[in-house]
Amino acid sequence: MTDQTRIRNFSIIAHIDHGKSTLADRLLERTGAVTGREMREQLLDTMDLERERGITIKAQTVRLDYQANDGEKYVLNLIDTPGHVDFSYEVSRSLAACEGALLLADAAQGVQAQTLANSYLAIEAGLEVIPAINKIDLPAADPDRAAAELVSILGGDPEHVVRMSAKIGTGVDQLLETLVSDVPSPKGDPTAPLRALVFDSYFDAYRGVVCYVRVVDGYLDSGESLRFMATKETHDADEIGYLTPKALPVPRLGPGEVGYLITGVKEIDRIKVGDTVTVARIPADEPLPGYGEPKPMVFSGLFPTDGDDYEKLREALEKLRLSDASLLWEPETSKALGFGFRVGFLGLLHMEIVRERLEREYDLDLVATAPSVAYRVIMPDNEQVEIKSPQDLPEPNDRNGIAEPYVKAMILTPTEYVGPIMELATSRRGIVGNMNYLSPERVELDFEIPLAEIVFDFFDILKSKTKGYASLDYEPADYREGDLVKVDILLNGQTVDAFSAIVHRDNAEDYGKKMTGRLRGLIPRQLFDVPIQAAIGGRIISRETVKAKRKDVTAKCYGGDISRKKKLLSRQKEGKKRMKMVGSVEVPQEAFVAALKVDDES
Amino acid sequence: MTPEVADSFVDTAAAYVHIPFCSAVCPYCDFAVVAGRDDLVDRYIDALVRDIVMSEPWLPLEAIYFGGGTPSHVDAAMLARILETLDERHGIADNAEISLEANPEDFSAERAGVFNRIGFNRVSFGAQSFDSDVLVSLGRRHQGDQIDAALHAAREAGFENVSLDLIYGEPGETSQSWVETIGRAIDLDPDHVSCYALTVEPGTPLGRAVSDGAAAPDPDTQADRYEVAERLFELSRYEVSNWAREGFECRYNLTVWAQGEYEAYGNGAHGFRDGCRFRNIRHLDTYLDAVERGQQPHAGADAIDGWEREVDRLFVGLRRSVGVALGAGTRALLDSDDGRRLLEAGVIELDDSRLRIVRPMLTDAVHRSVLGLQPSIVSDKSDA
Repeated sequence: MTDQTRIRNFSIIAHIDHGKSTLADRLLERTGAVTGREMREQLLDTMDLERERGITIKAQTVRLDYQANDGEKYVLNLIDTPGHVDFSYEVSRSLAACEGALLLADAAQGVQAQTLANSYLAIEAGLEVIPAINKIDLPAADPDRAAAELVSILGGDPEHVVRMSAKIGTGVDQLLETLVSDVPSPKGDPTAPLRALVFDSYFDAYRGVVCYVRVVDGYLDSGESLRFMATKETHDADEIGYLTPKALPVPRLGPGEVGYLITGVKEIDRIKVGDTVTVARIPADEPLPGYGEPKPMVFSGLFPTDGDDYEKLREALEKLRLSDASLLWEPETSKALGFGFRVGFLGLLHMEIVRERLEREYDLDLVATAPSVAYRVIMPDNEQVEIKSPQDLPEPNDRNGIAEPYVKAMILTPTEYVGPIMELATSRRGIVGNMNYLSPERVELDFEIPLAEIVFDFFDILKSKTKGYASLDYEPADYREGDLVKVDILLNGQTVDAFSAIVHRDNAEDYGKKMTGRLRGLIPRQLFDVPIQAAIGGRIISRETVKAKRKDVTAKCYGGDISRKKKLLSRQKEGKKRMKMVGSVEVPQEAFVAALKVDDES
Repeated sequence: MTPEVADSFVDTAAAYVHIPFCSAVCPYCDFAVVAGRDDLVDRYIDALVRDIVMSEPWLPLEAIYFGGGTPSHVDAAMLARILETLDERHGIADNAEISLEANPEDFSAERAGVFNRIGFNRVSFGAQSFDSDVLVSLGRRHQGDQIDAALHAAREAGFENVSLDLIYGEPGETSQSWVETIGRAIDLDPDHVSCYALTVEPGTPLGRAVSDGAAAPDPDTQADRYEVAERLFELSRYEVSNWAREGFECRYNLTVWAQGEYEAYGNGAHGFRDGCRFRNIRHLDTYLDAVERGQQPHAGADAIDGWEREVDRLFVGLRRSVGVALGAGTRALLDSDDGRRLLEAGVIELDDSRLRIVRPMLTDAVHRSVLGLQPSIVSDKSDA
């Protein structure tokens, strides 16, 4: 146990690739938490996917012992945060457990929208934000410009900004000293009843649910009977300890300390992240301020290619949820794709990651439908009903209107791209608001835009229009009624539910033309002509035809070479298994997503 | 040709003899062929003789097919030695069809006479086209009038069964050129014609050219060409790519398609004997080494029995215009989703006794549906 005055709890806020994980590695090394032999690149990113993509999905936590220049020993608890827009709720969790945040910006790229948004979160949460610039060793580094940007966001003196290179180790010592001197120590009440914040949890196959906790007041003792104030459940503290980063059991965690707690609970649903833990015998009166549960914003249907894998998919989702409590789903039936699930995601990256994990870790072959958002349908009695799939939209006569979710979006961009971005935003029904200049070269653009307009390809187009320099962040705003219609796509006269989409009336015709045109290119020729139509209600708004295949024969079986011919055709037949039958039309799986992919418009 | 006659070839004993030698390799060819290796011809003929002698004695052969490569590229005396060996080993039936594939430029009046005297009674010319530009693109080394000359030489020498091979759909070929090629072919009054769509095979010079961006044959154009051929020939089509005067259908091919059995000799040759589909070593030198060591040169074999034999019957038999007799296989096909769609789309047709492909240019689509068919359980129960 450590005296509060010697504890510094902090997070690192950084954009993807700005070197957060490398810095974390360097801190582990410098403080001796990990020996050289144990050192793996980016130790804190444990999931394979995290390592491969260089992003952090789950927050990680580590306790560092540091002998400062003042001769005292300090404990630095680093609470790592995810760096992507989809995972900002995890950032709030981490920040709630800290007194300080390190804002790390790339010396060449400067501050990005995500980092800026997270810095605002940290400032609002009352944290001391410490600016630092990383990668000063890069040839393209412009630390002065990056420092000026940081100062324009945080105020203060550019001279006070830590300049470092986590890669080669420059400035790491200065950073450690700054953390000790600038991050406030915790100010918990040791005499009050225990209040500890559960700021994260994960499922361990052997130990069950492992909670990450930050003790605010009082003491958390091993063996104590604990009360979880939100779930109102009581569990024993089977084991508590520090994360060094290996689990190191200790008998007690005191105020200001960060560690883990194992209660023997096996079901992750029974532990609520954000809950306050207190002692059952003498409970605290008031829980700590928690935070809202993450709300899925993007929905997509996931269907097994092989209908027999439905149960396997369900089991895989259930297992995945053990480590990702934000994952929500309900069964969905599609005439085109059979039985599957409507799955809610925090955002597009989250969707991509979940799908990839399902396919990779659970050996599933999936068809994912185009992502959509949750609409609120205003019924004839003015009641509002939420729908997560275009299929569920009532007929025009059975509804009074449709409201759709808007987000507040923020784009950080070099000023030269303001024009193209405005154009993009307005073409997507965005309402442009403020412009704040961070520096003469960089500007923050705020606007409100329907979420549906950005869920699919907005980010890709933004990147291509700005040569990759602009960054985007968004947060939910409100629901607004719009002139929305459902466009159906018919293949050979039959509606393909998986292709139905809710779009603004002004865009419906373009959408229909685009879809029928793309599908014409994606659907292989069949034994008969296949008409592809887009329709609003019964009205056809566009039509294309995939002409019947006329030649599908290899002319010669030379010298009676039957076996080779059979092998060739069997291989082709295998290829056809990746097709979904829609009525009597064979549709390649890729078509379900590719039909909505970004193309020439960018 | 009646279905009964076509199906009766299931009992024919046939043989295929592969001659891999060519003067040059055509850019589209992916058969087991060599050019510039004429030094190996003697060794190869010796090996063929040993290959034949190593096979189990069989019934007298009713159809023998010399394919290649270019069988007409080697000395007739050598081919005569092969025929003698076949006769000694299995016997050759009195009225056997003995076919020779020949290039027009190899077929002088004199050689035509020799080939006929040593026993060949059917010759199939690799004519491919009468359009000189198309012939050049196909890498052929003859001109249209050499086809005329070769055919006349064959007739003069006493060949009563002459066939022409044509290739359509070469990207430079025009509709007009194809019509003229067919016209020239009809003028020669062949007994049999085979028309093949130019196919881009991976690993061939044509395959590489196409993957490097050269024009590929267009499937719709090829379908057009096929329809033109179908309309212009007065011969009757008895298989996807083969037309013949009544009674001049190629008996070796009919044997293959009736699921009859055939011996196979030479590198890369494929055979079907005693219920087993086998293939010989394809690489020439490896084949020679194996045979010279006294080993049967088989590279692999698949036993075709039980349900697989029924699927195989459909696979080979459906290429024919007469189609196949109904049975467990056709029932399974018609019970499958694929089969129902093929019927609905008018690709296959059914009557009281036969199932036929009526859109032969979609034969592979039918074949894919046939492969992997499982016995139809429901129908079997209702039969019991």
